[in-house]
Amino acid sequence: MKRLAVSLGAALFAALLGAALLELGPPAATLAPLVAGTLAQSGVTHPVTAVLLNFRGYDTLLEIAVLLIALIGLTAVARRGEAPAATAAVEPVLTTLARLAAPLMVLVAVYLLWAGAFRPGGAFQAGAVLAAAAVLLHLTRLLPAWATPGTWLRAGLAGGFLLFLAIAAALLAEGALLKYPPAQAGLLILAIESGLTVSLGLILAGLFLFLSEERR
Amino acid sequence: MSVALLFDLLLAAALLWCSWRALAAPTLQRAVVLFIVFGLLMTLAWARLAAPDIALAEAGIGAGLTGALLLDALGALRRRGGTGEKA
Repeated sequence: MKRLAVSLGAALFAALLGAALLELGPPAATLAPLVAGTLAQSGVTHPVTAVLLNFRGYDTLLEIAVLLIALIGLTAVARRGEAPAATAAVEPVLTTLARLAAPLMVLVAVYLLWAGAFRPGGAFQAGAVLAAAAVLLHLTRLLPAWATPGTWLRAGLAGGFLLFLAIAAALLAEGALLKYPPAQAGLLILAIESGLTVSLGLILAGLFLFLSEERR
Repeated sequence: MSVALLFDLLLAAALLWCSWRALAAPTLQRAVVLFIVFGLLMTLAWARLAAPDIALAEAGIGAGLTGALLLDALGALRRRGGTGEKA
């Protein structure tokens, strides 16, 4: 009886939601023409990258900060102590495949980073591919799990955010946060995205590698 | 009915079916695998909606990394003595 009532209620809600969606008028304001109109000043020719890194760069800055804070919180709960050494892999075919795939994945990441300026791609996708390469190497036991991060790893993890923040702070002198001068916008965006790619790759890989227990 | 519309309808139905099966799966392992399949279908859906940027991110982060994390968590649960199954 209760089950029937809940099902009926859910179905009614779904029907109302669908009806409400169909009733929606056209959106009052579309931002697409605005983006298309100012694309020439953004330094890149792909509208998604222009919005992410230029027009709404502040959101992206906070996003990378959130990811970094999440990873710092994770290292606090992860196990302390030396990471166990990676043992010999059991599957030679898997190991060989991982060894072949990892350099190609790094190449794809660099391509995605570069392509972000004029076609779909960008720092987040490139970072995800880098992280996937690290996870693949870890799962084939070529890369040991991470214990307490050393100086270089810390610098890599925080570097992208710090570079982004430094550029944002430097641009404050021009009057507004993250308002790139149009002449240097392309170069600044490429610098920020390069830093973000490395840091995002390390952060996303860290989510996996800091928590991982070596299979023994 | 055009082929494109047929494909879209099929994709939408597969997404709904996959999400339902993932939620109602009797074992955690099946749920995780269905979640990964859901992520891949979602990638197709974003591509069909002409949003290749989101499709790339969904394939990399949603299906790839999250799936690997969930599978690893499942393995860790099993090694710790739990069965990795719902009680």
